[in-house]
Amino acid sequence: MDEWVSLALILAGIAAMALSGLPGLLPFRGAGRSERLSAAGMIAGAALGGAGLTASAMAGNVPALSWAWNLPMGRFSVALDGLSAVFLLPTLVAAPLASIYGLGYWSEARHPESAARLRFFLGLMAGALGMVVIARDAVLFLIAWEVMAVAAFFLITTEDEAPSVRESGWLYLAATHLASLALIAAFSLWNSATGSTALETAPQAAGPWTAIFLLSLLGFGLKAGLMPFHVWLPGAHANAPSHVSALMSGVLIKMGVYGLARMTAILPAPPVYWGGLLLLLGTASAVLGVAYAIAQHDLKRLLAYHSVENIGIIFMGLGLALMGRSAGRGDWIAFGLAGALLHVWNHGLFKSLLFLGAGSVIHATGTREMDRMGGLAKSMPRTAALFLIGAAAICGLPPLNGFVSEFLIYLGLFQVLQSSHAAVFWAWPAFTVPFLAMTGALAVACFVKVYGVVFLGEPRSDACRGAHEPPASMTAPMIVLAAGCFLIGLLPWAVLPFMGRAISAWAPGTDPLLLSMAPVGWISAVGGALIGGAALAFLWLRRRGGSAPLAGTWDCGYVAPSPRMQYTASSFGQFLVGQFAWALRPRLHAPRLEGPFPAPARFETHVEDVALQRGILPAWRWSLLAFGRLRFLQQGRIQVYVLYMAVFAVALLAVSMGLQP
Amino acid sequence: MTARLLHPVVFLLGAPLLLGVVVKVKALAAGRKGAPLLQLYFDIWRLLRKEMVLSRTTTWVFLAGPAAGLASVVLAGLFIPVGRVEAPLGFTGDFILFAYLLALGRFFTAAAALDTGSAFEGMGAVREVTFACFTELALFFSLIVLARLSGSLNLSRMILAAGSGPIPAARVALLLVAASVFLVLLAENCRIPFDDPNTHLELTMIHEVMVLDHSGPALGAVLYGAALKFFLFSSLVAGLLASALPLGGAWGWGLYAALLAAVAVLVGVVESVMARLRLVHVPRLLIGGGLLAAFALLLAVKDMP
Repeated sequence: MDEWVSLALILAGIAAMALSGLPGLLPFRGAGRSERLSAAGMIAGAALGGAGLTASAMAGNVPALSWAWNLPMGRFSVALDGLSAVFLLPTLVAAPLASIYGLGYWSEARHPESAARLRFFLGLMAGALGMVVIARDAVLFLIAWEVMAVAAFFLITTEDEAPSVRESGWLYLAATHLASLALIAAFSLWNSATGSTALETAPQAAGPWTAIFLLSLLGFGLKAGLMPFHVWLPGAHANAPSHVSALMSGVLIKMGVYGLARMTAILPAPPVYWGGLLLLLGTASAVLGVAYAIAQHDLKRLLAYHSVENIGIIFMGLGLALMGRSAGRGDWIAFGLAGALLHVWNHGLFKSLLFLGAGSVIHATGTREMDRMGGLAKSMPRTAALFLIGAAAICGLPPLNGFVSEFLIYLGLFQVLQSSHAAVFWAWPAFTVPFLAMTGALAVACFVKVYGVVFLGEPRSDACRGAHEPPASMTAPMIVLAAGCFLIGLLPWAVLPFMGRAISAWAPGTDPLLLSMAPVGWISAVGGALIGGAALAFLWLRRRGGSAPLAGTWDCGYVAPSPRMQYTASSFGQFLVGQFAWALRPRLHAPRLEGPFPAPARFETHVEDVALQRGILPAWRWSLLAFGRLRFLQQGRIQVYVLYMAVFAVALLAVSMGLQP
Repeated sequence: MTARLLHPVVFLLGAPLLLGVVVKVKALAAGRKGAPLLQLYFDIWRLLRKEMVLSRTTTWVFLAGPAAGLASVVLAGLFIPVGRVEAPLGFTGDFILFAYLLALGRFFTAAAALDTGSAFEGMGAVREVTFACFTELALFFSLIVLARLSGSLNLSRMILAAGSGPIPAARVALLLVAASVFLVLLAENCRIPFDDPNTHLELTMIHEVMVLDHSGPALGAVLYGAALKFFLFSSLVAGLLASALPLGGAWGWGLYAALLAAVAVLVGVVESVMARLRLVHVPRLLIGGGLLAAFALLLAVKDMP
């Protein structure tokens, strides 16, 4: 009875979120009211869902429901285990916050043509996100998945009058449908192997498990933005409105992680190389994602590439956990999976915070180009402070939340060294540790750059000089997210039980108490000491500098310093981009300076996505050319098409008779 | 127990002395008498009493730089063993926190540099965060080897027990790791051949140019933080050497002090006989350091039972 109630609450919450945008579409006056109504709907939906989640967590059960329906396949099966709960919570937190932020950022008054549509699809996407994680049937899952994907397409193309938006919208649509095709193939194989569409642990039997794994890796990896399947992600995140980017980056791409976690949980007996493949792809995504981020000049594109990086870190943890299942090592499973899942939460918090902060900056300055910003910490002190918290958190710096999840993944990877298996073979996952460390250092470089170029120094344009703080409806969601970053960073032991439940759901039989080996109490203590010590030192310096005379910045004797002489985003990344030139292939447009009085010249660098520009687009053009040769088949005459059908029917008949004599 | 309580005192009070040794060695090598050993104490004390001058461009981040830098390096130092004494703080995986605390200091120092809006300080900030990417690579390769050799994930035990494990090649591996960490020390503390700590306003600088606008107590905090960081890495290298050398396990404060001084002298000698590397060669040398540690890992893994 209780089980039923908690799932009903969650389903009601999902419905409330999904329908929250409806009032705006109805033809009645009072746009401001419908705006607030849909925000209220989102909040109410999240509250209902949260109540359901709490009820099931308190009862400690796994509520499940299953109804037959009239569709030819599948059932309406939903369930909420520890794994689903971990992925449901970010939706319930981020969706209402994005909705509240949207009141100020994309108001009906400023965008009368698109605001109602945006709210409708935002609600629909939030509801679909919730549905995806509780669906326990392949058909229901695919329906929710497709609603989520298509709603996201309409959100990305909110400003469809701009060609770049349309372009990234198409790219997203192509990518997401390729992902759906791969998933349909994977689930068809699943259906033929297990005899049902239920997403439940397969009976121990031979089956096309590797094919299913690889197809779901393609499908879910595309959605997650794992390199090299990330090509749609930078454009989509950059061109969507900022609160949509926050929800997409914070929650939507994690559905790829969820899907792969769910599939690897129900596939029997994973061989070692599955986990190894995830670990390798994750490491490549982490390092190259952040390297691409450093090369960006566009604030939101940069943040988007950091999603590729963080997905990489999550996959490192997932890969280690999967290897742990193959090797029967509970500690690898516990630390790898807990690190990956906690990083899902953490990334949801700090990346949403950063995208909302970027939205406030763009709102105030009217540009996404970092090189036109600067000095915003003076005119937007609150946004600057909140963005700084997000920046430090995404770099994995203590005492914030990013550190805790990376710490767990590190611990898991170091456990590999303690194994007594044949040494060289088993020690190799430890070789990914230095690259995880390098990723952290590169992220520090990147966010020092972002924060320094955007918020510090002197303003580089008039728009920045006249920048202003956003309204409270936009700062409040950021404050909530920043508080979450501190909460998990300082009290990690409070959230680990949730990860423990997810571990039990993912690999039944694994002892979630292994997580208590993680010295999270120490992290709390050192984090507190760090904040206390730094605050004391800061207050002391502040007091000593309180009456300090003000002067200009020491400019090495130069007579007329100008804000244009500051380090820009491009110059900041130049050296590191040069070090990664083998992967990034930067293009340089350098002027030739000749003679004693050279003419004014422009210098530009571009880093385009190599996978997109050198892999997918050429392949696409080639396939267009190749299929162009088949165009003679399409003549526009009915009788020819009927002939094709007849030939095809005969061929099918022949094949099926040949197969079943 | 008293020794463990003594640890922070040695760390917090002894650090500036070690940099004095480096300066003295460099002066002697150049044929000068050099500043007194305690010069850095005098400098810091003088700066603490001075007035500050702030740039009009700066915000609160400018003072948060030295504050966070100092707090993080003090905390990081409490995880490093001093001599045979285990560090006052220590837990499973503390070395990760150690590395990330230093990264936190770096983040805020570089942000404070950018806060001034100066092109020079921006240049220093870029180089600091860029080179750190390669030092982390070398540092974590070294840490893997130590974890493998000692079978522990606690920094104190990783250093103290690494040489006495069951692996025959452990001492050779440890020497390679010590060399790798020594390179990290030079880079992290901005010593020659990575950076020249003596030049101000040259294009060669990393750390010194970042703190160009700090004055008075803020500069004092920066100098003290730098001294602590140098001490902390020297102590790491000294501990590794002590583990690697066949000293029979029994080594007291005297030997530790001698090894610490030896590391400082070595830094002074390197600074006296070498020139600064070209900027583009810096990553190569650091990746070389990482490869040394990777070789050490192969040695350590090869003989594992």
